Formats: sequence, C-alpha cells, structure tokens
Amino acid sequence: MKVSTLARRDFLKGGALLVGFSFSGALPALALAADAAQRPPQRVLDLDEVDAFIAVRADGTVIIYSGKVDLGTGHRIAMRQMVAEELSCPVARIDMIEGDTALTPNQGPTAGSSGVMRGGVQLRQAAATACLALIERAAERYAHPAADLKLEDAYVVSSDGKLRVGMGELVGGRPFGVKMNPKAPLKQAAHYAVVGKDLPRPDLPDKITGRHVFVHDLMLDGMLHGRALRPPAVGASLLSMDLASIAHLRGARVVRIKNFLGVVAADEWTAVRAAAELKTTWSDAGTLVGHDGVRAWARGGPFLRDETLKSRGDTSAVGATALRATYYWPVQSHASMGPSCAVADVRAGQATIWTASQATHRYWPAYAAMLGLPVENVRLIYLDGSGCYGMNGHDDAAADAALLSKAVARPVRVQWTREDELGWDPKGPPQLIDLRAALGEDRNIAAWEAEMWVPIATANLAHVPLLAPGEAGIAQPAGQSVGLIAQNADPPYRCANLKVTAHWLAQAPLRPSNIRAPGKVANNFAVESFVDELAAAAGADPLEFRLRQLADPRGIEVLQRCARRMGWQARPARAPAPARGARARGTGIAYLHYKHNETYVAIAMQVEVDTQNGRIRVERVACAHDCGLMINPDAVRNQVEGNILQTLSRTLIEETRFDRRRVTSVDWQTYPILRYSEVPELLIDLIDRPDQPPLGAGEAACAAVPAALANAVADAAGIRLREVPFTPERVLAALRAA
Amino acid sequence: MPSYALIVNGAQYSVDSWDPEQPLLHVLRNQLGLTGTKFGCGAGQCGSCTVLMDGATARSCVTTVAAAAGRRITTIEGLGTPEAPHPVQAAFIAEQAAQCGYCTCGTVMSAVALLARTPQPDRAQIAQALDGNLCRCGSHDRVLRAVARAAREGRKST
Ligand code: FES
Ligand code: FES
Repeated sequence: MKVSTLARRDFLKGGALLVGFSFSGALPALALAADAAQRPPQRVLDLDEVDAFIAVRADGTVIIYSGKVDLGTGHRIAMRQMVAEELSCPVARIDMIEGDTALTPNQGPTAGSSGVMRGGVQLRQAAATACLALIERAAERYAHPAADLKLEDAYVVSSDGKLRVGMGELVGGRPFGVKMNPKAPLKQAAHYAVVGKDLPRPDLPDKITGRHVFVHDLMLDGMLHGRALRPPAVGASLLSMDLASIAHLRGARVVRIKNFLGVVAADEWTAVRAAAELKTTWSDAGTLVGHDGVRAWARGGPFLRDETLKSRGDTSAVGATALRATYYWPVQSHASMGPSCAVADVRAGQATIWTASQATHRYWPAYAAMLGLPVENVRLIYLDGSGCYGMNGHDDAAADAALLSKAVARPVRVQWTREDELGWDPKGPPQLIDLRAALGEDRNIAAWEAEMWVPIATANLAHVPLLAPGEAGIAQPAGQSVGLIAQNADPPYRCANLKVTAHWLAQAPLRPSNIRAPGKVANNFAVESFVDELAAAAGADPLEFRLRQLADPRGIEVLQRCARRMGWQARPARAPAPARGARARGTGIAYLHYKHNETYVAIAMQVEVDTQNGRIRVERVACAHDCGLMINPDAVRNQVEGNILQTLSRTLIEETRFDRRRVTSVDWQTYPILRYSEVPELLIDLIDRPDQPPLGAGEAACAAVPAALANAVADAAGIRLREVPFTPERVLAALRAA
Repeated sequence: MPSYALIVNGAQYSVDSWDPEQPLLHVLRNQLGLTGTKFGCGAGQCGSCTVLMDGATARSCVTTVAAAAGRRITTIEGLGTPEAPHPVQAAFIAEQAAQCGYCTCGTVMSAVALLARTPQPDRAQIAQALDGNLCRCGSHDRVLRAVARAAREGRKST
C-alpha cells in the first residue's frame, strides 16, 4: 500500500494532529505516515498533563495518545474501554495513536505485562481528570453547580436534563490545560458499562481480510528495499567482498560501514538475490560455547558477583537433605512468525523510523546517537509487527534500515529473513537452578534454598546493544538485558527458612533480551516441579500439599477452581515409578503468583506419554486465572490461551542450537514450534474481580505451564524431566534410567 | 523485461519480472499491492504466504511468477472485505481468532481450501489441514473454533 495515495489530514486547532476517524487502528498510523514529511505539531508530552494522553475534537470524538502499544494483545480495545468508561463515551468515538515519539507520552516500554496495569491505568486517570475538567468547564460556563453535572454519552448533563452540552463543544480542538489529578474519582465498578465487556478488537476485521498495514506493508514513495548481511560467525570481521559477484543484478547497491554490510535495490527481489549472491570473506571467529556447552559454562563463569536475593530464618536444615535437584532452561528465540522489518527515512538531517518496537521512546535517543542527529530531529512511529513476546529483531531491523537510509539518502525498508530472525534476534537467556529443601515434622516445607546461575542484567542499561551500530563501529552502551530474571525462585508457600542466591554470570552465551515472563518461566518450572517432588516425599497429593501451605485466598481459589476444571483426582502419594505399558497417562498441576504480587494462575494438565517413542501428547489443559479487574475478558482469554500454547511449545520442543560460530537452528525445521494438530483442549476459568486493580495478563499464565507439564509427565510415566525441552530423546533416556 | 499474465482475484494483470524465478509473493505484495499475503520464511515452511491457485493452497514464497502465470490465483483480498467478509473471515472475526494477526491471512486461505474440499470437517481434520500454517502467538484454539463455526454456518446456509 502506497501511503502517498492517502489524503493529507488536517490539524486540530489546538495543535493535536487530526488523523481522521478510524476505528481500525490502522488508519491513524498510516495517515501519520503520509504526514511524516511535515513536521509534527508540537504536543504536550509531559506525563503530568492530561493533554499528553487525551484530546477531544470539535465533533466530540476523542483521541487517545498511548505510549504503550498493542502487540497483538488487545490493548487497542482495552485502552479504549478504560477511557470510554471514565468519559462515558462510546468506544467507537475513540481513536488511538500508539508509540509515536512525536505524539505520545513516554509511558515506558510495552513489556512486563504493564500495558493495562500501568499504561491503561494512567490513561484511565487522565480520562477521569478530563471528566472533572469537562464538568468544571460546563459549571463555569453555564453557572450551574458542578455537583449536579455528570458525563453521559459524551455530553455533560444536569440531573434534570435541561443542561446538555457536548464534550466537543466544551473543549473540542483545544487543550485541557490541566494537570493529571491522581485523586480524580474513578467510576465505581458497579456502574461499569463498557469495562468488563467482551468488545471486539477494532483491528481484527482488517487483519483477517488482509487490509491491516503492518510495518512490513508500509511502502513509501522512492523507497528502496534493503537487506543487512550478517557475518557467518558472531563477532567476525568483514575482510573483503567481490562487487563483481552481483554485477548482474541491475540496480543493486552495496553499503559497507566497517563490518556493517547491506544491500539496497529498488526492487525487493533484486535485494534478496544481491544479499544471497554477494561474495564476501569474513575473518574466522569461534567464541561461542555451543548449546551443549551452556550448562558447564553456567557453572564455570566468569561471574560478575554473587548476590543473596532473599534470606530469612535458618536454612541449615537443607544441608543434610537428599531433596535436591537441578533444573535447566535453554536458550530460546522469540521466533516471531514474521521476520522483523522496519522502514526508515533519513534525509537532510531528519529521520523518521517506522518500527514495531515495544519501546519506541527507549530507542529514540539510541537511533539519534547512531545517526548523529539531535533527538528532536528523529521520530519513531510505531506500526504493528508480528507478535514479539519480548525484544525480538524489530529494533535491530530499524537500526539496519536507518543506517542504510542514511547511506543512500532514500527511504529504505529492511526485511529480515527467517534465518536472520531465528539466528540473530536477541535470545531468551539460559537458566540453571539448583534447589534444596527440607521437610518438617509436619511434612511441610521447612527450609528452602535456591541457587541460580544466570546472566546478569547490566544495571541502568539504556537499551539492548544493537547489531548494526556494533558492526559499524558506532559507540553505544555496552551490557546486556535479560529482564527481571530472578523473580519467583522461592516458593509461594509458607516457608520460614529461605535463601535465594544468584550467581550472576557476566555474559550470556548469545546476546540476550527479555523473553515473555523473563526468568519466571524457568524459575517456576523449577520451583513447582520441585514442590511436586517434595509432595511425593511427603506422601501427599500434589494439590493438597500446595493448598495446605498456601495462605493467600486468591491463590487458594485459583488452585481449587483449576483442579475442578481438570476434574482433579486426589492421587495416592508416591515417588515416581516407571510406567508400564506403551502409553501412560497422568495429570499434573502447578501454581504461580506472578512476581509474588501480581496475577494468580493455576494450571493443570493431562498428558499421555508414549513410552515406545518418547512422545508427549498434551490432551487437556485447565487454567484458572485471576488478574484482578478484567477490562475485556475475551482479550484476557486470548492472552491466556496464547500463553499456554506458546509455553507448551517452548517446553516441549524449543532450544536454540548453536555451535562455536553461530546459531544453527535458523528455520522452522531446525527450530520447530507447536502445530495445530498438537493443540490440546483448553479449559479456561477467568476470575473477574471488579473491585481489584487490573493486573497483567500477557505473561503470568505462561510461567505455570512447564511445571504442570513436567508434573503430569512424572505422574504418567514415573520420570522427572528437569531439562527443557522435553524431547522424545530426553523422555526415552529418562525412561531408561528409571 | 519478460512479462507474465496473472489472473489474481478474478482480474487479469500483466506483470513484468526480470527474473522468471521471482516468487509470486513479491509480485503480489510489491507489484500488485496485495500485502495481505505475508512473508514468513520464504521456504514453504510456515504458511504465512498461502494463496489459492486453481482452488488449491499454494505457498506463494516458493511459487515462481513463471509457474503462476495463467493460473487462477486468489489472495486474502479476493475473499472479502472488512465490510463484507467471506464466511470464513466472518467466522474468524466472530471468534476473534487472531492475536498479532501475522499468520492469520495464510491460515484463512488454508481454511477456505479445506472447507471447499471437506465442508464438515471434525476438529482433527481442521487441525490436520492447518498443520502447515504456524502461529507463534498461540491463536490456534480460536482458529480451530472459527473454522468449525464457518463449517456450521455453511451447513445452515445450504
Ligand atoms: S513464507 Fe511461504 S511458507 Fe513461509
Ligand atoms: S496470531 Fe500472531 S503469529 Fe498467529
């Protein structure tokens, strides 16, 4: 789709960009694309100001300016619902602009399940403040007591209905000019008309009919197609290249900045072939540990430091215990379905970058520095990408596009290949976790020690170092980002004596970044698998063992409801015994209180293990989920389903393979993911708590999946799988050893 | 430059391609502006680029423009519009059967081909037919529901 064919849009009087009414979510971004050459209007972006978040047009329609973006997660409807509720206006009258550094306030990256929990809550408070301002304005203008006025269907009305004035008439096209009021009263849950409803997502009709414009689909006038060529080994240098090797490809140009190498061409296929056919020679590099070497490496260091993360009571009782186990989570890729893509237009000292970044505001100064431009000359505009679940290759693709565009002074679109994405996206880091515990006389957990061997997150790192500036020799912050990797390594159960230690590895085997529920997936895999091992030692039913040591009523409720959904049969306590017969069936359960202070999840699973070929078939998954107030239950359900299925895939199948030089699992054959025929029956029970704050739904459920699966396999086949992925080879090896 | 006669969504096009090996995917997206067909792998492994050729699914990333010439090609845009979706698209919308939506168009195409062959598939048959379409977001369950719904609605309307 050529944006140049779209009509230019007008500007709102008070300076906000009028982007034309569109409920789909796609058009505003495109209209912005068309206007990018114009300097964007000056907007108030201060987080203290209502105007940063909300504008009302003269016709009474509303624009939400959200620094957080919809990553396929449903924020596009949920944010509208939160604002619509406070402004008492229909969602269909609300437009939303996301992640545009020129137009939206910096609400931090869309990560860590913070979209609704933080971003949405901020927007809601802005709307509540705007509601007060509207009423005050009407009260003043019509000399009517404010206490007698309320917002109704986008009008301020008096109780007798005689005064009725539209929002557009009151402030339309002009700024509110009021500070955010953290005490502006929110609508009572009992009066919700929009929040809590399964409103359909506005972007889906376009996505399902092929009209939605992803960043991949943005085509600008005069745009070139680019590809960045990554080295055959991580850290290798470009020694030489043979331009004659692509002389037959008309119009292909090569851009080289030190070790950054790219090709551009007017025609995408020419760029593809040039990237494939350009002959290059690189230095050898063999610095990686290889996927089989990660465990030994994790124990060996080098370490930056050891840190005691939690400590209470006296854990010396674990010294003598036989209850100890080690769990391992491998390096994994975000494995986005669409390889990363970005478009950049860097010309005449200005840069506009269209990106699917989760964190446009965070990368804004990074691109400015990379391009040698003042930040005010750089603008990042979010457009949807393929689902990313953490930082995938989007930000790198944007850096590639920006460097290439600057070099050729034309807009450049960079489309990564499948090999680029699986090979070069920053990876979910590996985690090695040792657990030790002692049971008390009451056969409950008396002492617990967790020791983690994990890559450290560099303190105050501005952003994940990007590939292109690294290759081009452009200075950027050094360090690594792994997310909050150490949470949920202690049990969510009563335990008086506890110690959690991290051995912080200075580096990661491959460049890391946050991947969905960073660290928590692995930690809870270890914790909740181990809790089952303890339950077996205690001779207890796994469900009952958990319930009797759990104090939090919301935790108890998710466990009970999940068990009910699964039809949990209290089972005689036993240490795992090897399976008899070809096919063995079992059930397992796991619990999680995300970060110990957010969403509550319990997941139970029924699996069948084929003891002949080692295959695990997941038949049914039950989940009870409590994320507080649900803005849009179906959107929550969609996230929960996705969390479950994606994490089944990660647990059953996925491991990034790499040798001394590079990643070798670079297509869907070498890095397979779950397929339709492997999808189990899902039984999901969402608990709505309208009186509680909304918590995140984007991550929590995934962290309960691996242990539920491992526990079900243990119940079925009498084998304890402590290393992910649960491949048939590992299952067979465990069966042989049992 | 050689040109190729393509029949896409019922319309005739003559497209130039300097290389007969250029994948149909690039022609659809860059020359015809039909960007609903997505690049996912370029190797026939993911299904994002699925179109119909003479009614059967084809991976447009591994179908050359030369091989596509003269065949009847249907892309996602040829099925329906947001205002007037094809019954399978309508069922996907009704079930909200997408997350990021990147895989969705290719999956819809596979579902359309399935229902043309097998109007009343069971869940296993649907899953089987969609096995060549990968989804990273985990929208599978609602996609399976959407295809079952489309089959149900199809039965009602015949
Ligand atoms: S892009 Fe054609 S099958 Fe993946
Ligand atoms: S919905 Fe995102 S890949 Fe399928």
